[in-house]
Amino acid sequence: MTDCDYTSDEMMAVSAARALRDGMTCFVGIGLPSTAANLARATHAPGLVLIYESGTIGAKPGSLPLSIGDGILAQTADAVVGVPEIFNYWLQPGRIDVGFLGAAQIDKFGNINTTVIGGDYRKPKVRLPGAGGAPEIAASCREVIVVVRQSNRSFVERVDFITSVGYGSGPGDRERLGLTGAGPKKIITDLGVLEPGPATLEFRLTGVYPGVEIPTVRERTGWDLTVAPDLETIAPPSTAELAALRELQARGGVQSTRSDG
Amino acid sequence: MARIVSLAEAVRLAVHDGDTVAMEGFTHLIPFAAGHEVIRQGRRDLTLIRMTPDLIYDQLIGAGCARKLIFSWGGNPGVGSLHRFRDAVEHGWPAPLELEEHSHAGMANRYVAGASGLPFAVLRGYNGTGLASTGSIRPITCPFTGEALTAVSALRPDVAIVHAQRADRAGNVQLWGIVGVQKEAVLSSERSVVTVEEIVDSLDQRPDAVVLPSWTVSYVAEVPDGAHPSYALGYSVRDNDYYAKWDAISRDREAFTQWLEDLQ
Repeated sequence: MTDCDYTSDEMMAVSAARALRDGMTCFVGIGLPSTAANLARATHAPGLVLIYESGTIGAKPGSLPLSIGDGILAQTADAVVGVPEIFNYWLQPGRIDVGFLGAAQIDKFGNINTTVIGGDYRKPKVRLPGAGGAPEIAASCREVIVVVRQSNRSFVERVDFITSVGYGSGPGDRERLGLTGAGPKKIITDLGVLEPGPATLEFRLTGVYPGVEIPTVRERTGWDLTVAPDLETIAPPSTAELAALRELQARGGVQSTRSDG
Repeated sequence: MARIVSLAEAVRLAVHDGDTVAMEGFTHLIPFAAGHEVIRQGRRDLTLIRMTPDLIYDQLIGAGCARKLIFSWGGNPGVGSLHRFRDAVEHGWPAPLELEEHSHAGMANRYVAGASGLPFAVLRGYNGTGLASTGSIRPITCPFTGEALTAVSALRPDVAIVHAQRADRAGNVQLWGIVGVQKEAVLSSERSVVTVEEIVDSLDQRPDAVVLPSWTVSYVAEVPDGAHPSYALGYSVRDNDYYAKWDAISRDREAFTQWLEDLQ
């Protein structure tokens, strides 16, 4: 990259924020998704409805929360409901437009693993936090967007454990499993954007950030990555986007870019 | 009727070795002081239930109080791993930890079933995930539409422990803000302990509050700041710095052991 007045993490947050439209309802995971969702609300989507699994509906935090249950979310929400209600009444029937998730490991069909890596389930090499709200967010939101840094350790041919279902083993699986939402539509990374191929549902590269070379993206992908014929070069962050992001982070106190459930 | 007692007495009376214990509070109102008292009293072989084990169960697991964990998300929110939890699962330190793992929706529904006096709850979930084939998750067919759904078994803890903003002298409890599954945890349990920020002469009405009538609660103990480093809306703010600093303590067995000695 030549023009380095922004970081790849900032580009990722801006790119993810742009994927959200004003007026949408968005079920938000903490970390990168929460940063991007709040950036969207601070810029082009002031009417974005943020829903956190802590039961806060329509939260309007002025700074970035560290957890999904920070007081700022409850104090600025349209409504605060209990946890059974947020999942049963609000998420399960398919009322939410987009689920915005992070991942520890993701595969070419957009299946997410946040449970265990390596070894077997009872004796894993790495024990991850687990499911949280993600399995039902991935199943029931009208669509899903995943925000995750890209590496060949996190982008794998097949996840070690399916915590949250993307397209399973390919076309037809979501229907067969009775998953009501359409599934993951974008994986937004620190290199670019991946979207499912129309026939195979296998994620392929559809956009790169300025200065990112395709071989770099391939090196950091654990499957044989296809590049879409109409590959887009994504516009760099505007001055306004970058200013809004930095202001949010400066007000965030403890700033975290870790993604979790 | 709830008895108003000291925290030490509440834990001594309500929590026994081998019990199934649910300490709830979804980021907000986590009953840390009560958890620390369980550690001080040296309880063993507990089955710990909590949607988000958080630092409190990291501490109880590291202290050797737990035999089994029933949970849905075991991380340090916004910071990273719970290293005592990981050490127990990955290396069996200080003791092996049996896991019963769910999603948040599954856990919430298991509490709802317990509070409702039903043996199971039904949800649309788990299909296609690696969690789908465990003992407390089973497929079920809707008798009306034939839809393939998922049943989760009820949670019926021996004791629930929660923290709330306040109680009156009769032991009626009021909590508000993010209320999580605290009501369901108390109503699904055989016994309950509620720690409160303050005990007041009378509770003024709050339209946004959850009320646990005195006759649904076993013991109430006044423990100001009893949720720290979590928080009680209207009384304290979340100590995010403590959560960040816990990472280094939790990561290292020696640092954790020192923390444990300081707690006694």
